Amino acid sequence: MQNQEEINRLKNIVQDLLDEAKSQGASAAEAGLSQENGLSVSARLGDVETIEHHCGQGLGITVYFGQHKGSSSTSDLSPASIKEAVSAACSIARYTNADEYSGLPEQERLATEFPDLDLNHSWDLSVEAAIKLAIECENAARSYHAEISNSEGASVNTHQGIHVMGNSLGFLQGYQSTRHSLSCSVLAQRGDSMQRDYWYSVSRNAQNLESAVSIGNKAAERALRRLAGRSLSTRQCPVLYSAEIASGLLSSFIGAISGGNLYRKSSFLLDAIDSQVFPEFVHIHEQPHLIGALGSAAYDGEGVATHERDIVSAGVLRSYVLSTYSARKLGLHSTGNAGGVRNLTIDSGTLDFQGMLKQLGTGLLVTELMGQGVNMVTGDYSRGAAGFWVENGEILYPVEEITIAGNLKDMLKNIVAVGNDVEYRGNVRTGSILVERMSIAGE
Amino acid sequence: MKLLNLVKQAILTPVGIQDGDIEKIMSRLLSSPVDAADIYFQSSHTESWVIEGGIIKEGSYNIEQGAGVRAVSGEKTGFAYSDRIELPVLLEAANNVKSIVRQGQEAQVGLKQAVNWPQYYPIANPLKSLSDQQKIELLRRVDTETRKLDSRIEEVIVSLVSAHESILVANQDGSLAADIRPLVRMNVTVIVEEKGHREQGSMGGGGRSDYSYFIDQDRALEYGKEAVRQALVNLEAEDAPAGNMTVVLGPGWPGILLHEAIGHGLEGDFNRKGTSAFSGRVGERVASDLCTVVDDGTLQGRRGSLSIDDEGTPTEKTVLIENGILKGYMQDKLNARLMGVKSTGNGRRESYASLPMPRMTNTYMLAGQHHPEDIIRSVKKGLYAKNFAGGQVDITSGKFVFSASEAYLIENGKITRAIKGATLIGNGPDVLTKVSMVGNDLELDSGVGTCGKDGQSVPVGVGQPTLKIDGLTVGGTSV
Repeated sequence: MQNQEEINRLKNIVQDLLDEAKSQGASAAEAGLSQENGLSVSARLGDVETIEHHCGQGLGITVYFGQHKGSSSTSDLSPASIKEAVSAACSIARYTNADEYSGLPEQERLATEFPDLDLNHSWDLSVEAAIKLAIECENAARSYHAEISNSEGASVNTHQGIHVMGNSLGFLQGYQSTRHSLSCSVLAQRGDSMQRDYWYSVSRNAQNLESAVSIGNKAAERALRRLAGRSLSTRQCPVLYSAEIASGLLSSFIGAISGGNLYRKSSFLLDAIDSQVFPEFVHIHEQPHLIGALGSAAYDGEGVATHERDIVSAGVLRSYVLSTYSARKLGLHSTGNAGGVRNLTIDSGTLDFQGMLKQLGTGLLVTELMGQGVNMVTGDYSRGAAGFWVENGEILYPVEEITIAGNLKDMLKNIVAVGNDVEYRGNVRTGSILVERMSIAGE
Repeated sequence: MKLLNLVKQAILTPVGIQDGDIEKIMSRLLSSPVDAADIYFQSSHTESWVIEGGIIKEGSYNIEQGAGVRAVSGEKTGFAYSDRIELPVLLEAANNVKSIVRQGQEAQVGLKQAVNWPQYYPIANPLKSLSDQQKIELLRRVDTETRKLDSRIEEVIVSLVSAHESILVANQDGSLAADIRPLVRMNVTVIVEEKGHREQGSMGGGGRSDYSYFIDQDRALEYGKEAVRQALVNLEAEDAPAGNMTVVLGPGWPGILLHEAIGHGLEGDFNRKGTSAFSGRVGERVASDLCTVVDDGTLQGRRGSLSIDDEGTPTEKTVLIENGILKGYMQDKLNARLMGVKSTGNGRRESYASLPMPRMTNTYMLAGQHHPEDIIRSVKKGLYAKNFAGGQVDITSGKFVFSASEAYLIENGKITRAIKGATLIGNGPDVLTKVSMVGNDLELDSGVGTCGKDGQSVPVGVGQPTLKIDGLTVGGTSV
């Protein structure tokens, strides 16, 4: 149930703000207001550890004086602070230069249809029930095996927010959404080897969360399987990205075709439109209107309508990821991606995880990546990794303290297979991804 | 006390909160048998300006204001916050928070006279230290002068950010502690191109000061020069080698090694819980005897410095490792109490909306005996890492990584070719045991560090002299 009364109250604040900007001389303005409430409860070693009550809000405004732009934001919605924020934005616009590409989106691109995307399912969860759930989850992990030696705890989070945005072209919309999660992190110890891992479930609807016991068990299993890891000698070999980290590869790809990096020419995929970036079997699309999904929205951060569309078909790059500003800089139109992509999906192949291991044959299964070593300008890629050494499709032993390196351009082109073991917890939906060859550095 | 009154005027006066109201909220919090309780008030004003493509493109102004209320009993914490600093809202928050313990009784708290503590930065409002026109002129000057440096420069992006933050902490004993924290930061990014090949370089700095910091010693222009130099070096750079080799780390920002490999593992919460690779190891050797590492919040004007932490505890210079022996951990109040030690003034929080936890301030290694040139000369084949982009650590397994943004091969005691894309990976508990030479050239970083933990970001500093590590894995592409 949408709290229409509260949404309307916030819409009125946004409208007042836009009017105030106009009265201070702005030729155009855009404003967004978010309000969030929530509860986070964590339990550790069988007892409650923290109870956090969240109640936050934030308001942002951008004003245009012709092509001059100024922005401000405030967490304090008192009339005095709102007025101060608007004045500050207007004052800033007097000092910024005219930028011929700046301004609101074209009227005809603004969303006009607002389907119910089923994003709001409040969870009537008492503090006591949340504590019980967290303890149940952590107990499942701690009792899983004798080598589970310690715990960072389990936590339950429930959040409900209202997001309203409007601009001086008459766009004024708001919706309510929820997000709930349950997670657990435990340590396993054998001799000198101590390892930690976690598992979590997240959904707009608490009924779709994985069970507390299953999450606890998986966290324990994941910590245990890492025990007694070793390094590898330096070599080249095929690398299988497990589904839960494969999304990072696709996120790097999205970064490279995002407007900001393109118009700054700091992307390894400059002018790659209509060229072969992936092998032919790869299809990638954006599905912003998926019912109940975490990334779904009818409009982007500027009010521009979002659309289902192909980004890569048969391995060929078909579309960039653009906001209004970056699109104008490139002489193109917004793709409805102010604020990023929504429910990016790569089509799965036929193999499940076991099948992907078989296809890997002998090589590295990566289950964790560390550090930032990705250079968007050149595509150079070198990151810390942990995972498992695999021979003839069988996992042999855990591996740690190694790096994997390559160039993203080659890595994307040399994807051999995408599994059907799809990870649904994030904004990027992908199965495990097998890359033909990368450099491993180790002992 | 002047500072306390200034902070009250900044945060409490505009919303009509008086001492008596704080006493009421605290009394409500203490009406359950809690071990500790605090109320954290914060008001911060931030601005940022960006010049890109030769035009002043963006400017923004941010107001952040609110209060967080916390009660702690044993290992349990109850917490609530609000952007509305109003008595009924905060009393309601106190009710929610103290439900962490059940039974209740009446309590009365009276506020105490504030005590004085040393200040490590001026009570300045950096936003007002230059007029908007002067800020724009500074950005233009950096942009123009930087573009003149080389014909291969394609783009220059300069950002200028400053914050003026006031905080007030009321503790359960009735004490009030206040701080005004200025922070400025400038960054220059340069993109260069030669024969269709593009690279970038970036340099910045800042501290707890005002905008004059960038004008003093022409620092702003120096950032531009340094960014161009790095970008041009990267144009020439070859693929990094892969494998285990001797690594020499340059002075200053490469101290991020200490932050990642050692620092996080020595934070009190992980050690109280026994989840760190350093848990239970106080008194043991964790580094070669050449290494002494401290965390020091008391350095004048540094980005990571704090006069008091976010729990109202004055910061200190805490010895973490002395001549290779682990001496102690960094503590906030909760973890200190549970471990039976004193808080080291490391209780920090991103804002009123998050709980404090043990965090670093300025973490660095003290200087040693060796001349940096002698250290390079002693290496037959290895890597010299002069600058880094960022790092990460798994405090349980101890594994850490960090990515070099400027590095060179060392061949027969000489720095030879520039290499790119090298990530270093190692094991925190033993990396410092492999330190075989420590330079006499201790440097602190230029004031750019931001540390993330549990989703909370705080400004930090790092530093070190030139260090030689006998064997670290370098992850490049050329096998």
